[in-house]
Amino acid sequence: MHGLFTLFRKELEDHFSSVRFLLISALIVMVGVIIASMVGMSIQEESKGMAKPTLLFLWLFTSTGKLFSFVQFIGFFGPLIGIFLGFDSINRERVSRTLSKLASQPIYRDSIINAKFLAGMTTIAIVLVGIVLIISGLGIRLIGVVPGSEEVLRLVIYVIISILYISFWLGISILFSVVFRSTATSALASLAIWIFFSFFVGLGAGFMADAVAPVSQSGTNVDPNVLIRHEEVQRTISLASPMVLYNDATTTILDPTRKTTRGVILMGPLERLSLSRFQNPLPLLQSVIIVAPYLITIVAITFLCFGVCYLVFMRQEIRTV
Amino acid sequence: MEDQIIIEAEELTKKYGTQIAVNHLTLQIRQGEIFGFLGPNGAGKTTTLLMFLGLTEPTSGKVRIVGSDPKREPLRVKEKVGYLPENVGFYDDMDARQNLRFIARLNRIPDKVSSSKIDELLQLVGLFEEATKKVGTYSKGMRQRLGIAEVLIKEPKLIFLDEPTIGLDPDGTNRMLNFIRSLSREKNITIFFSSHLLDQVEKICDRVGIMIKGNLVAIGPIQELAQKKLGVGKEHYTLEELYMKYFKEA
Repeated sequence: MHGLFTLFRKELEDHFSSVRFLLISALIVMVGVIIASMVGMSIQEESKGMAKPTLLFLWLFTSTGKLFSFVQFIGFFGPLIGIFLGFDSINRERVSRTLSKLASQPIYRDSIINAKFLAGMTTIAIVLVGIVLIISGLGIRLIGVVPGSEEVLRLVIYVIISILYISFWLGISILFSVVFRSTATSALASLAIWIFFSFFVGLGAGFMADAVAPVSQSGTNVDPNVLIRHEEVQRTISLASPMVLYNDATTTILDPTRKTTRGVILMGPLERLSLSRFQNPLPLLQSVIIVAPYLITIVAITFLCFGVCYLVFMRQEIRTV
Repeated sequence: MEDQIIIEAEELTKKYGTQIAVNHLTLQIRQGEIFGFLGPNGAGKTTTLLMFLGLTEPTSGKVRIVGSDPKREPLRVKEKVGYLPENVGFYDDMDARQNLRFIARLNRIPDKVSSSKIDELLQLVGLFEEATKKVGTYSKGMRQRLGIAEVLIKEPKLIFLDEPTIGLDPDGTNRMLNFIRSLSREKNITIFFSSHLLDQVEKICDRVGIMIKGNLVAIGPIQELAQKKLGVGKEHYTLEELYMKYFKEA
């Protein structure tokens, strides 16, 4: 434990004093503030002279405004934070020959990798909590609404999911830094995975769906079964991307009026009927239940990723050269 | 205590796939000795060191370092053993003191105790004036001396030195060798000196072991080996002659 704490402290110091970290957190804070103030001002304008609807506060995070919402921004850009914090964590020590020195000190070997992961996670948590607090403060000023206890709870859940989601990317990049000897290779490999999941899974899903259940673009009387099948295939494949998981989970948590993660096409007639009849926002627990499988998957892939990383590192030979 | 055995290896073997890096190595080293570990590049010297430290698991065989098995009780071994790798690395953006303090913390030495010790060690290796400079600006010799300071901070009973003089100028080499000798004589620290620079080994080592292609082909005091190999009564011999003879036979 002692070694873990010492290493953790050093890693944290390294993160906070690195230019890389400053740049990326400045970027996130900047974009976050811009999005929040744009959304905040448009809410202010729209709700002028009206009774404020419940849970208005959360709109700050989910409303897309002119560009994209804060949630979408973190979903897309958050992985980069994780990658930036982790891509050279092990192989930099290998290149500068400090890894063998660390390993010959009286500490358990796993404390090296544990400390790196924990320090990364802590840094992510600090950045996220910071930016959410900044946006909340800005929002309170702009729209003049103080968040209620349920809104705060939803935000807390959102922050926890986001920390786990970014930690998954941290895990990926640490894994690559264990596997590849060169920091450039591990950075590029992590970025490739990021691009793959953010663009190509979506494209691939559409392509596969077209192949399995072709829906003609011009035809007016499309067989509804084919249409449903098309939609199902597309959805199943796109769920392989952690970004889709994260976006669906967080928007449902932050937007109580969203009662399902499925599209309209995939809903049964009764479900559609009940949705149109009952307009009230969902209680928090129900929102959580809807996205429970998503949350569990995000937790699972994060831990899985770290587990693989741990295993590979522990089995690796530490050589000076 | 003088004759306590510090390193004991028995039939120690390490294989990488089908390649044998270290083949049935058996040796004993007593406390306070300076043991020269010779051999050409790729003979398995570093692999042997890593097995002694518990950084690599032996394929078969037994090791005991300062009374503990590095495989079973790695922390006990690492508490008492210092290792200076070839081309030691530091955190280049920290200064000498910060580097030393970090290592001291990893060795559970509280900051209060370590700060006076760090100054003492920096004086000893002659880096006190440069202590606030970033280690990235250090010359090769300074890095090597800082490496020694880092090894000494945990007050080891045994130090493994892997080519400690490589890349040093003649003056630096001499100072390093004298320093190593004084560590052994004054503090009774056992030194395991791995090198292929024969003249240096000849200067400071009590006993030598010669490793060629994973086999320990000879072990003993230089004089004894010379008598055995080059013939009794030969007055002038060098370690180089001896080494080349073993090398050609292997």
